[in-house]
Amino acid sequence: MTTIRDAAQKIMQTAIGLAPERWLPGGTPDPLIGRHGAIGSSVPRVDGPRKVKGEAPFAAEVPARNMTYAALVYSTIARGHIATLETDAAQAAPGVVLVMTYRNAPRMAPPAVFMSDPRAAGASSLPVMQDDAIHWNGEPIAVILAETQEQADHAATLVRVTYTEEAASTSFEYAAAHAHRPDNVLGEPAVIEIGNAEAALAEAAHKIDRTYHTPRYSHAAIEPHAATVWWEADGQLIVHDATQMLNGTRWTLAGIFGLKEEQIRILSPFVGGGFGGKALWNHQILAIAASRLSGRPVRVALSREGVFRVSGGRTTTRQRVALGARADGTLSALIHTGIAAMTAYNNCPEQFSFPARHLYAAGSFKLEQKVADIDMVANTFMRAPGESVGTFALESAIDELADDMGLDPIELRRRIEPAKDPTSDHPFSSRHLLDAYARGAERFGWSARSPTPRARREGEWLIGMGVATATYPYYRMPGGTARITLTRAGHACVAMASHEMGMGTATVQVQATADRLGLPLTHVTFAYGDTALPPGTIAGGSSQTASIAAAVTAAGEKLVSALLKLVGNASPLAGLKAGDIVARDGGLGHRALADRFESYVSILSRANRDQVSAEAEAPMPLEVQKYAMHSYGAQFCEVRVNAVTGETRVSRFLGAFDTGRIVNPRTAASQFRGGIIMGLGLALTEETLFDERTGRIMNASLAEYHVPVHLDVPEIDVIWTDTPDPRAPLGAHGIGEIGITGVGAAVANAVYNATGRRIRDLPITLDKLLGST
Amino acid sequence: MTPFSYARAGDTTAATHLGVAAGAKYLGGGTNLVDLMRETIERPDTLVDVTGLSRTIEERGDGSLMIGAAVRNTAVAEHRAVRERYPVLARAILAGASGQIRNMATVGGNILQRTRCLYFYDDAARCNKRTPGAGCDAIDGFNRAHAILGASPTCVATHPSDMCVALAALGAVVHLENATGARTMPLVDLHRLPAGRPEVETLLEPGELITAIELPQLPCAVRSTYRKVRDRASYSFALVSVAAVLDRSDDGMVRDVRLALGGVAHKPWRAFTAEAALRGRPTNEACFRAAAEAELADAAPLRDNGFKIELTRRTIVAVLNELAGEAA
Repeated sequence: MTTIRDAAQKIMQTAIGLAPERWLPGGTPDPLIGRHGAIGSSVPRVDGPRKVKGEAPFAAEVPARNMTYAALVYSTIARGHIATLETDAAQAAPGVVLVMTYRNAPRMAPPAVFMSDPRAAGASSLPVMQDDAIHWNGEPIAVILAETQEQADHAATLVRVTYTEEAASTSFEYAAAHAHRPDNVLGEPAVIEIGNAEAALAEAAHKIDRTYHTPRYSHAAIEPHAATVWWEADGQLIVHDATQMLNGTRWTLAGIFGLKEEQIRILSPFVGGGFGGKALWNHQILAIAASRLSGRPVRVALSREGVFRVSGGRTTTRQRVALGARADGTLSALIHTGIAAMTAYNNCPEQFSFPARHLYAAGSFKLEQKVADIDMVANTFMRAPGESVGTFALESAIDELADDMGLDPIELRRRIEPAKDPTSDHPFSSRHLLDAYARGAERFGWSARSPTPRARREGEWLIGMGVATATYPYYRMPGGTARITLTRAGHACVAMASHEMGMGTATVQVQATADRLGLPLTHVTFAYGDTALPPGTIAGGSSQTASIAAAVTAAGEKLVSALLKLVGNASPLAGLKAGDIVARDGGLGHRALADRFESYVSILSRANRDQVSAEAEAPMPLEVQKYAMHSYGAQFCEVRVNAVTGETRVSRFLGAFDTGRIVNPRTAASQFRGGIIMGLGLALTEETLFDERTGRIMNASLAEYHVPVHLDVPEIDVIWTDTPDPRAPLGAHGIGEIGITGVGAAVANAVYNATGRRIRDLPITLDKLLGST
Repeated sequence: MTPFSYARAGDTTAATHLGVAAGAKYLGGGTNLVDLMRETIERPDTLVDVTGLSRTIEERGDGSLMIGAAVRNTAVAEHRAVRERYPVLARAILAGASGQIRNMATVGGNILQRTRCLYFYDDAARCNKRTPGAGCDAIDGFNRAHAILGASPTCVATHPSDMCVALAALGAVVHLENATGARTMPLVDLHRLPAGRPEVETLLEPGELITAIELPQLPCAVRSTYRKVRDRASYSFALVSVAAVLDRSDDGMVRDVRLALGGVAHKPWRAFTAEAALRGRPTNEACFRAAAEAELADAAPLRDNGFKIELTRRTIVAVLNELAGEAA
């Protein structure tokens, strides 16, 4: 299978000569990384006013004439075939426009699954409603279109189906016994061995060898998945989607429906939370197919249950972490191996071993991932896939080792801080983890922690503190193109088909562009969320901020060149080369000579141009080939565990982050806090109940799938080093995912400090603690 | 949702006349019934909206409190007489659901809400409540939240209400009416244990409408409380809850005690055995523990809920300790 990495490397071999020097060894860092202007300011979200006024149209709100509303019928078995399917009653129900099943669905090619091509966005490669086969419990088997949503929902209850069941793989323990190595793990090798780690472990003076379990988790974004779709008279397909991969969705839909990409337009200006879950699932494909059959626009808005049935989440893992330590607290062996549940049709092996590849120095390594095939809805990316649950295991084990050795857990991490990346040998582009620990420890009051468990009690409550490392890679995705249009009025509009899912994409890119072009914030707008714009990259892997910024930088350089071509001999800029120029004060000027300056307004007026446009693709992300580029953090947690009931309540939390330059403290704090809150759910309350007898998710509602509620969340303090990464555009790393990493272990370690009990099986529910309290 | 007709009752007589029809259901706040209709677990032909009836709370001369069945949960919890004389009830209501749901939910509807068993809610699963004789997928499935007391081989579901646990402890009396007349019944007798017929959850006659809840005078209830143990701090059902009233004499003995448990049985569980074991005994932890153990002597664990036996014991002891400490 072709992987993203293979594809990217092929492209890189041809593109290496075009790479900008600034992000490579010897290059000059982005000149904006030290600048304090719009970047670094707490600019309020530019999309905020429209959202609080209800004026931001989401995918399920886009109007269309002659709309039909879709309801899905879901299978109730995990594997087998449809034996009988009666749809007459549904067809005859009031308002019904269409009943679509495998019998009348149009022929569609299977989706190209994510990673099979750099442009692929399919969550699974399974064909969609093409035959009577059932592949997971909850697979859509019928689509009802009706004049109202209520009519569609009612008609869906009238479909009668029976099945011929086949033996399904729904037991994790059974499948784990037959686990196999995937070809790769997100383009990385599935196994890394350096030295003989098992032998080193056996000989180690101190050792920890533990197994950790993490459950299934489901996406629970505030906006359930939705799409409003129609076919234009000329065959053009319009899809108003809630997606974090616009261009990938277009390319993949083109393959499924046999269209050219130009025949499809995807719009997704506002997404009510993505977290990895807003990809191409069955519902959009079925809505498009049903629209083609009915000739009418279709709105498909998944119910909350539908989100659980049709879209996957974070998968089950069983992980082993074994650490061998020398007497001085350095590691002789680091072993992190394990198994994640996956389907045979997707490509998300939950990269839990990634943190151990880059975090700590050790004399030997054994890092291996396997997958266990389960018949379930395809698991997928969910905020820091891999790193979230991988750091739970690794950082719990580090804490166990520190406790075993009588070392403060922060001190142990000081002793295993590596000078360079421990598995690739690459230099770190920017790593200030110990600085984050020092700042966090001081602000949190870590010195007040007793290393002895159960040392603090107030009434019924046992109080403990824990700490863990957060880490997430820096990614910059190739393939993004930005267009900057500068008007005679001195306004700039940046256009790129990128994604605003509530994290502040538009806001920070307005900030970055304002500083890049020397314009005030009021003179910059950002157009996004539409494949009619130049292609963007996915909003995934915390990559979007850097990916867009790199494209805007390239377009900005082209714009300056275009402007210099416009200036005549009468301009103060006459005769200057691009290398002499900086953008400042609403125009261009010589980098040293203050009087050699002309405003954009003047340049365009003099040239009698209404506007000037420049479009450029970001250079390939070669910086990640030369450097180990990661974000870091230190997560500090204080818990109170009730000695009577075993209930755990988080009383204080602090995250100290090292994620390069912070572009916008306001949106950054919100991202970090949101990640930490999601981490509290991962640690304490959330678990998708997958009934192994049937492969069915039994708690497909927000009443029974327990995300943290307000009362579960304490004040969360977030601080950051704000140290720019000289190898990243803007000096900044994306920060959408790192907040959740390390939280599970910080909570578990605090629970240990409070109670003396290690919980290695998430979530940490009260029944697991009752015996020890 | 399956189509249905809707009628708003102008008075109790009209309501009971409409409500006696086969396929009719009374509609309170709809916070549970409408959910079940959306899931097609409930498919009434007619909804008789009774939210316009009996919306008052009356303090009567004999010291009792009469709460109309259509009073919203929030209004009960906020009522001064409830907060001062029956704090256990105010606390139990506020421990349940969310502010928005409590604003909608009625007293009558709260009493008649149905179990949150995952298998009851999913019509792909087998459930003897939905389809008598179909079997029960909860017995060998996810049953962490299920019953440890009074369950049967046909059903291990629990009653989800918090309010009812307090009402059970307070000896509340349910006022009922249908077209043939009116009667009263202790709340603790209203709900059934599943036995062989888990689909029959109460002793209500066809068309019978809850018109009011009567809280008898109980001066010692000023010292009462409710404790709910659950998987997150708010908006989840009780794994175990305890409602308790403790009347302690000056010499440190239990003069009277009322104890009820939630999250452990098919009905709000009045702990009569524990009460009997406590009356006249010293208010100390050993006695509390002995009483809790007596109550739980017949508790039976399922696959996932064995922890509840210990959790219930501990929570009973902690609540009684708390009340005894307040009295001291």
